[in-house]
Amino acid sequence: MSLRTPLGRVLGLGSSGGGTGHWWSQRVTAVALALLGIWFVFALLSLDLSSRADVSGWLSRPLNAVLMVILLGVAAYHSLLGTEVVVEDYTRGSARVLGRVALQFAHVVVAGVGIFAVLKLAFGG
Amino acid sequence: MAADNRPLSPHLQVYRPQITSVLSISHRISGVFMAAGLCVLVYWLTALAGGPGAYADAVGLLGSWPVQILLFAWVVAFFYHFLNGIRHLIWDTGHGFEIEQVNRSGKFVLIAAAVLAVLFWFGVRMGGGA
Ligand code: HEM
Repeated sequence: MSLRTPLGRVLGLGSSGGGTGHWWSQRVTAVALALLGIWFVFALLSLDLSSRADVSGWLSRPLNAVLMVILLGVAAYHSLLGTEVVVEDYTRGSARVLGRVALQFAHVVVAGVGIFAVLKLAFGG
Repeated sequence: MAADNRPLSPHLQVYRPQITSVLSISHRISGVFMAAGLCVLVYWLTALAGGPGAYADAVGLLGSWPVQILLFAWVVAFFYHFLNGIRHLIWDTGHGFEIEQVNRSGKFVLIAAAVLAVLFWFGVRMGGGA
């Protein structure tokens, strides 16, 4: 006999209330980052990084700008998911709540600023 | 047990370090280190969008030797986390869990990460010639 309610079994969310969603998003973003990472590594190798004209010419091309925006968003999300787990492992109580909220704020700011910089460049200076 | 005095994971101190545990905690350390690295990536992008003066300043800062050491550490962290992350994804399909396989894939990740990091570091061009 199971002590779990039928509703609990159907929802499958477990004691954390989060189920496998967090874990699964970590995997999906990992696959995306593996592909975007390969793209970014080869892009960096193809550029003269000390030349602003070279780098901004590359980044203002639509395909590169779009991939860079996606990379920033996905990396920030994967990083948020990952660092949240780290905070949950080593803290409890209000420190855990504050830590997670601080991570969420910081990641949104970093992604927002980075995406703005790419768009500013892509839309012409 | 009261919710606020349950033991926290993962008790690193009580284990003898082995390749499995060292690579596992290294995945975490490299991930957290790269989370900080996102700030550097975004700093570089804002300097790029900021114009020639801002970009020249950034190239000066990023090219200074203390920052170069940090950047090399980020490159190592990236290639390690990238390869070990793929190792994780293979595990998630249920493969590679025999202890010799785990040891072998771990050694492969270490060597390949070191090789790729060095190749990338010397492949990147920062001005001037080739
Ligand atoms: C380049 C491709 C990448 C791949 C294939 C990848 C893969 C993974 C995987 C599979 C996990 C889950 C590991 C586990 O369950 O223990 C993970 C965790 C993590 N990743 Fe990534 N990752 C990548 C890039 C990044 C980047 C760019 C960052 C940061 C900016 C990052 C930060 C983290 C963090 C903080 C964790 C949590 C570590 C932990 O819980 O111990 N990853 N990564």
